[in-house]
Amino acid sequence: MFNHLPLSELAQKLDRRETSARQVMEDCLAQIDRVDPKIRAFLSLDRADALAQADAADKALASGSNHKNQPLLGIPIGIKDVISVKNQPLNCGSKILGKFRSPYDATVIEKLKQAGAIVFGRLNMDEFAMGSSTETSAFGLTHNPWDITRIPGGSSGGSAASVAADECIATLGSDTGGSIRQPAALCGVVGLKPTYGRVSRYGLVAFASSLDQIGPFTKDVRDAATILSVISGADRRDSTSVPQPVPDYAAALTGNIKGLKIGLAKEYMIGGLDPQVSAAMKAAVKQFESLGAEIVEVSLPHTDYAVATYYIVATAEASANLARFDGVRYCARAEGAADPIELYSKTRGAGFGPEVKRRIILGTYVLSSGYYDAYYLRAQKVRTLIRQDFLKAFEKVDVVLTPTTPTAAFKIGEKTDDPLQMYLSDIFTISCNLAGICGISIPCGYTENPKLPMGLQLLGKPFGEETLLRTAHAYEQATGWNKVKPALEF
Amino acid sequence: MPTEVDVKYVAYLARLALTPAEEEKLGAQLKNILGYIDKLNELDVTGIEPTAHAVPLVNVMRADTPTPSMSQEDALRNAPLQANGLFIVPKIVE
Repeated sequence: MFNHLPLSELAQKLDRRETSARQVMEDCLAQIDRVDPKIRAFLSLDRADALAQADAADKALASGSNHKNQPLLGIPIGIKDVISVKNQPLNCGSKILGKFRSPYDATVIEKLKQAGAIVFGRLNMDEFAMGSSTETSAFGLTHNPWDITRIPGGSSGGSAASVAADECIATLGSDTGGSIRQPAALCGVVGLKPTYGRVSRYGLVAFASSLDQIGPFTKDVRDAATILSVISGADRRDSTSVPQPVPDYAAALTGNIKGLKIGLAKEYMIGGLDPQVSAAMKAAVKQFESLGAEIVEVSLPHTDYAVATYYIVATAEASANLARFDGVRYCARAEGAADPIELYSKTRGAGFGPEVKRRIILGTYVLSSGYYDAYYLRAQKVRTLIRQDFLKAFEKVDVVLTPTTPTAAFKIGEKTDDPLQMYLSDIFTISCNLAGICGISIPCGYTENPKLPMGLQLLGKPFGEETLLRTAHAYEQATGWNKVKPALEF
Repeated sequence: MPTEVDVKYVAYLARLALTPAEEEKLGAQLKNILGYIDKLNELDVTGIEPTAHAVPLVNVMRADTPTPSMSQEDALRNAPLQANGLFIVPKIVE
């Protein structure tokens, strides 16, 4: 079965004709048939189209194409249902979009296709990317492949779970406050959030425009580096994408981190960390030291204010971005509206779920007259302080090491009664988006009884993905955590 | 800072129809969340510039030359109600 292999090994096998793209795609589909009824990562899947793409990839291979000129040729990659793929459904985990079909490909999708990837499937997510457990999806939740009574994380829960379960070779997700890194940690896979502006957001349904980034979920760090090189780059259709050259990120994986300075922020070593996560982090520190890295204590003094800042900035931006879902040009339009205001209100009232409504109301409130200065403007200033914390730390260290999450995956329903509790679980991932820097989560061990993945997070300088990936890769190769897979016995 | 939100008014600003039950529940939850957010007032932000955008890009412009964009057919494809190349909506002006 070829669906268990990482991209780099599959690329070799495809180039050597040891297997075909068709075979790989069929193996992924067979795995989906076997396990997805229990995991429920996929919202929809066009099998005929996926197999047709596989056949096209095989034709390309037969006529001389290979992974040097098309790095993702024949590789099945699943897509979070928030990224536009032409003619495929686009629902963002919500009822409000009804039977919407994308009229165009997102830039990242164009790039994946140019690189020969098989772009398939719509993966489950929290509604409009608002959530940390995939429990706010209007289409039902996704289950953690390691324990189906637990959440896979969110908002890119489907993207993380499907890689962990070998349903896809890799997937794309999006990250606004941790929505790639947190589910990656909880599902035991690699999840990378590039620096803001590294990857074009054209075709990504916007949640918070100054925080959102698209990134890959993969089985190992090398695959993440390969995909990052493909999807990165300035795009004239996204004026926030930065004209920074795109290096060959996989070439940066030298395996050598001698002399690398790794920062440990004392504010992140808090009470509330699960003792097993704490122990795994201590072991990781020793592992990095044995690889020749130097551990340096740093301070990120405004850490404690990150969640509060985020829930003002992100909800404010979301309230603006979600104003477009009004029933005029698209949406499941509410019946019987007498005037446009009623049309908008009824369509949105019927179509949005409770978490989305909560954030729209909060975001509208903090921007409203009389409250703007006290909340939104103040939060923007605290954001500056948070960013400055990181830039100062990066004068002393090359990367910062943190746990990705305070605990392993929690049970379905455990945090749904108290929104604030859910928000606080993002404490380690949120600052990265506010500061605009890059971050990656990689497996760093498993809890005992039950066996659940734990992730460590590395945070890097703006456009410092080469160092970030090199550091992550060295640790991964020394520990082999990426090779551990869930039993998938349901 | 007041932590009671006039949910009805904010919902009107957001063009979001809420049931009375939703209004009440949201009011309570938002009071709790705003109470937490209040901690930002502990900080002295005098002289700090706000960050709207975390990368040093300004005034990213392109030349004002027209380029092909979406066809009218594609633009109308997901319309709830359309006719004669137009999106149909309830009457706006009497």
